[in-house]
Amino acid sequence: MQPNLVKAAPWLVVAAMFLLWELICLGFDIPEFLLPAPSAVWKVGVEQFEPIMMHATQTFLTTLAGFAIAVVVGLLIGMAVGSSPLLYRAMYPLLVGFNSIPKVAFVPVLVVWFGIGTVPAILTAFLISFFPVVVNVATGLATLEPELEDVLRSLGASRLDILGKVGLPRAMPYFFASLKVAITLAFVGSVIAETVASNLGIGYLMMSASSSMNMPLVFAGLIVIGVMGVVMYELFALVEKRMTGWAHRNPNGAA
Amino acid sequence: MSFVKFENVDLAYAPGGALAIEDVSLDVREGEFVAVVGPSGCGKSTLMKLISGLRMPSGGYVYVDGRQVGGPLKIVGMAFQNANLLPWRTTLDNVMLPLEIVEPYRSTLKKERSRYEAEARQLLARVGLAGFEDKFPWELSGGMQQRASICRALIHQPRLLMLDEPFGALDAFTREELWCMLRDLWQLQPFTVILVTHDLREAVFLADTVYVMSKRPGRILVRREIELPRPRDLDVTYTDAFAGYVHELREHIGRVRAT
Ligand SMILES: Nc1ncnc2c1ncn2[C@@H]1O[C@H](COP(=O)(O)OP(=O)(O)OP(=O)(O)O)[C@@H](O)[C@H]1O
Ligand SMILES: [Mg+2]
Repeated sequence: MQPNLVKAAPWLVVAAMFLLWELICLGFDIPEFLLPAPSAVWKVGVEQFEPIMMHATQTFLTTLAGFAIAVVVGLLIGMAVGSSPLLYRAMYPLLVGFNSIPKVAFVPVLVVWFGIGTVPAILTAFLISFFPVVVNVATGLATLEPELEDVLRSLGASRLDILGKVGLPRAMPYFFASLKVAITLAFVGSVIAETVASNLGIGYLMMSASSSMNMPLVFAGLIVIGVMGVVMYELFALVEKRMTGWAHRNPNGAA
Repeated sequence: MSFVKFENVDLAYAPGGALAIEDVSLDVREGEFVAVVGPSGCGKSTLMKLISGLRMPSGGYVYVDGRQVGGPLKIVGMAFQNANLLPWRTTLDNVMLPLEIVEPYRSTLKKERSRYEAEARQLLARVGLAGFEDKFPWELSGGMQQRASICRALIHQPRLLMLDEPFGALDAFTREELWCMLRDLWQLQPFTVILVTHDLREAVFLADTVYVMSKRPGRILVRREIELPRPRDLDVTYTDAFAGYVHELREHIGRVRAT
């Protein structure tokens, strides 16, 4: 297959989707308050560029803050759970149960505790995105080959030695893989919270636009979220490749 | 004066459960090369764990170097059927891993890094891995990985080397090459070796003493000294004396499996 085609393929698909969308809107003469055509969305995007950017920045920073907390907390819990079979058994049901609660259900609770604004959005982003980090770090640590552990223990290595020399490096590919998932989830969390409990951010922008039937602006918001998600995902995919080239058996990308 | 001594050792993995090995007594001199053979599941790996202090006996006593074993020993090196090299470290860094853990190397590693590195390179060269020091494990063949794994087991100059089927996954030619590599390393600077193997020719070629274990629960059935002259060359494996030893051991194993 041609490498150029492989590179261009994602762009072509996106372009085709917008084209198809435009054609459907034109061809079936769909009213703008139901489904605005991409051209209409684009127009609004240009007209309202500044407010959109302002809200997008808010959402972006909120997401990053929630994501950062999720990474730190997720790493700590993952390390604790992954390196102690007892904690693993003890904590797992709780974590799984917690993870199956829709995080939007927490938002009202957070609003009562912290009021309307940025804090509930940060916390929702955190709550929704820390679980994959925990699971992946714990899995990476818990699947250490017993023979390797024997080699190290027979040298007199402490648990901390084993964690530092083998456990954590081994868990890194799992960790970086989880970051890709976590960052996109964090966007979901912050936007959900903004739609219900904020007067800033893309979520709020979309909510207020939809209540005034400004559908092109709603779709502009959706697209902005999508773009931010893809960019951050790609960024972390790149970081993953850089940091853990050895796990992909790629001599060129080796750390 | 024995270096490794078992006195009527029993081990059950679950307290009060079935015994994995039963009433094992043995004596290993310092510098002796011992091979342990026996049917699968008879407790050979368990024996290794007892010697290295990774498991405590349920009954009896284990002594190493005159002291009762009460926890992981620091004078052993280990290698297994899987090389278990760390894929994010180069071959050289893999070999040097024990130096980051065992004293006195651990605390002097920063200062003396270049000296230790030179020693590691020398060791790698001795097993035929010169030029591969800076490659990653996945860039090495299985046999090369196993050589590196044995270097890792030896870098901190352990007095006791424990090998659990280290050549089991290799083809016949590579295996014989590695026999000679191990023989040379051992002859150059004798250390005590305990080698678990399924290969009777391997046991007879390398060992001073071969122990045959019974089916589970594992007991020592036979202790056989191999009185072939050293240094042994691969040619020795075609002699009648060699074949005699292999046949004799095979008969013992056959009897074990028949019961
Ligand atoms: N961690 C463990 N927990 C419980 N039982 C174990 C454990 N490890 C080994 N056993 C049991 O102890 C017995 C001896 O096992 P061991 O691994 O020592 O056998 P082996 O002689 O090394 O076998 P093989 O030649 O297949 O490697 C087996 O019956 C096995 O089921
Ligand atoms: Mg075994």
